[in-house]
Amino acid sequence: MTVTDSQKLAYVAAQAADARVNLEFETDDGMTLNMGPQHPATHGTLRIIAKLDGEQVVSCEPLPGYMHRGYEKLCEVRTYPQVTALVNRIDWLGSFANEVPFILAAEELMGIEAPPRAQHIRTILFELSRVANISLFLGDLGIQLGGLTIGFYAFRDREHVLNQIEAVTGGRFHPNFDRIGGLKDDLPKGWIAETHTAMQKLRDFCNQAEDLLIGNEIFQARTRGVGIIPPEVALSYGLSGPNLRGSGVEWDLRKHACPKGLAYDKVDWKVWTHPDGDSFSRCWIRLQETREATKIVDQLLDTIPAGPVMAKVPRIIKVPEGEAYVETENPLGAMGYYVVSKGDLVPFRVKIRSASFNNVSIVPWVTRGVLVPDVISILASLYFILGDIDR
Amino acid sequence: MNTVLALDLAYWQETSIKVLVVAILVPTTALILGIVFLFKVMSWMQSRLGPQEAGPRGLLQLLADGVKFLQKEDLVPDRADRIVFKMAPMIVLISTVLLYVIIPAGPDLIVEDLPTGIFFALAVSSLSVIGILMAGWASANKYSLMGGLRAAGQLIAYELPMVLAVVGVVIQAGTLSMQGIVLAQANGEIFGFSGFGNPFILTQFVGFFIFLAAVQAELTQAPFDMPVAESEIVGGYQVEYSGFRFLFFFLGEFATAFAFAAITSVLFLGGWYVPFVDPTSDLQNYLGPIVLFGKIMFVSFLIFWFRFTYPRFREDQLQTFAWKFLIPLSLVNILATAVLKVVF
Repeated sequence: MTVTDSQKLAYVAAQAADARVNLEFETDDGMTLNMGPQHPATHGTLRIIAKLDGEQVVSCEPLPGYMHRGYEKLCEVRTYPQVTALVNRIDWLGSFANEVPFILAAEELMGIEAPPRAQHIRTILFELSRVANISLFLGDLGIQLGGLTIGFYAFRDREHVLNQIEAVTGGRFHPNFDRIGGLKDDLPKGWIAETHTAMQKLRDFCNQAEDLLIGNEIFQARTRGVGIIPPEVALSYGLSGPNLRGSGVEWDLRKHACPKGLAYDKVDWKVWTHPDGDSFSRCWIRLQETREATKIVDQLLDTIPAGPVMAKVPRIIKVPEGEAYVETENPLGAMGYYVVSKGDLVPFRVKIRSASFNNVSIVPWVTRGVLVPDVISILASLYFILGDIDR
Repeated sequence: MNTVLALDLAYWQETSIKVLVVAILVPTTALILGIVFLFKVMSWMQSRLGPQEAGPRGLLQLLADGVKFLQKEDLVPDRADRIVFKMAPMIVLISTVLLYVIIPAGPDLIVEDLPTGIFFALAVSSLSVIGILMAGWASANKYSLMGGLRAAGQLIAYELPMVLAVVGVVIQAGTLSMQGIVLAQANGEIFGFSGFGNPFILTQFVGFFIFLAAVQAELTQAPFDMPVAESEIVGGYQVEYSGFRFLFFFLGEFATAFAFAAITSVLFLGGWYVPFVDPTSDLQNYLGPIVLFGKIMFVSFLIFWFRFTYPRFREDQLQTFAWKFLIPLSLVNILATAVLKVVF
């Protein structure tokens, strides 16, 4: 294999960029601690460079980009139905939720609305992926803070949700199930009763997590009063999801700006907020949200309307010219797709607004002056997924 | 003279037998704790199977892991202080081996019954701090350095409550010798009933809990595992070690856990004393080790139970817990013990 000049140049440029970053952080006084790209606390390939004074953080800078997969560009060469298979991999723990905003945007452009049954099932799967995602967060939180056991319980109990998702979609991690105008398939037989049982098991898991971790004195000592984000700062950094609600801002897209095509208006549930804004409040909000999500699923399961799961959609999907931006409340926060169509088989441009990128952008602000162990607990409580940062 | 050790041996013969026994005991006990608690009990608590393939029910997994460690390349970082780097794991292991010298397993089953046995144990156990500091400093790694310094701060802080908790026992037993402490418990009585002696946990339960907490911290196990915190400083002072040097740290950790569990059993649970049997009888030499082993497994279970359950303290919270809670509490405990000793 011959190496072309452009490859050589790219390599030199990458080396130079790395050297520049290292130089910037090494020339000042104090110790520089490089965490990652391979570090257990970043569960993925986030690189964090912290300048330390003893164990105290003077400044801390996240350097994302080690997992950039170029989905926005890839979307431009995929037809609309093919895009869902790609965007599944953005937030890989709550993968079905990634498909929904894109499909909703495409539906908005085409002027189609999914039949009520499809909207219902879509919302159920959306909430199931939220439960799967956040239950694993509770386990990961334990692993980050040294309590390993809850991590294994989380993997064990997430299995119930994944089984239910698999039973409908055939995929555990990458369902690729949402279609423009509805869903690929209807629910299998007996699924509703099984899902009720699974939701009960997840509620038991939430109680267990509260006993074992969230209610633990050591955990509270580690997280209370650490990494406080005031509401105005949270808003100015564009935080969303539980991180924003943990700062006391009552803003949930499901309740306050739900896009067409999801059935959240048909259920009764509560948006939890916590006034403290510290690491603990963010973790606590997520615990409550898992419980709330299981309740939403239970209510929706009992009220699924009859009817088709697919609207009348042309066989070859050509989206008319136009632009649409749809944002939904994903497990990690607000996730939006800005889709520009030129009336072609493929989107002209797709801009993905993912929650974790903004959530991590507050790290330099919130870690100023904390201790190194607190960096870990703050990162764990902000809860990012690497695929969601880098896309 | 008891029959079990009635052989007439020369000094060098006796010494070499003792050296051999300790040399076999240290890795064996580490293996036992590793298999039983790290693999089996931990898997059971976390509702998973644990190793299943190597040997019956996966019991030989740790042996396989040990062989794997021996096969690994012996890496020394480029900028490391080579001599210090290589010495550090040995010093940690030496401190462990020395602990086994004073653990009594029967009236005659002890390597050396030092008149200041428990004092010796506490002294040599702090040797490991030097090894850990050496490892942390010589690795030329920032994570190692942080881990080493955290470990040094923590071990010194928890040395004190440990010593103070032992003082209560020593006051009550009236001796520093390990055999003396066992006999004091064996010959004691509770409310005039002398069937199973008077284990000091009944009167020194505050000391027992302080000692357990301090042991947990000395072993750098969760909730006191800040020096090695895997998810944060990725193993601390062990980061740069591989192969058999890492194995030494591993052996040291688990054999020390066993030794401290043994010391806890001797100090608070009555040691090798078999209830309802005369403490001087020969039967104690046969049954004593079994009884002691049972007690050690019980204490180890407590240690590992805490380890698997709790999240970890932050470094400053660790220090606060030691200096502002455990030490004052143990001082009060000493005072109460001394007063009650005079009164009764």
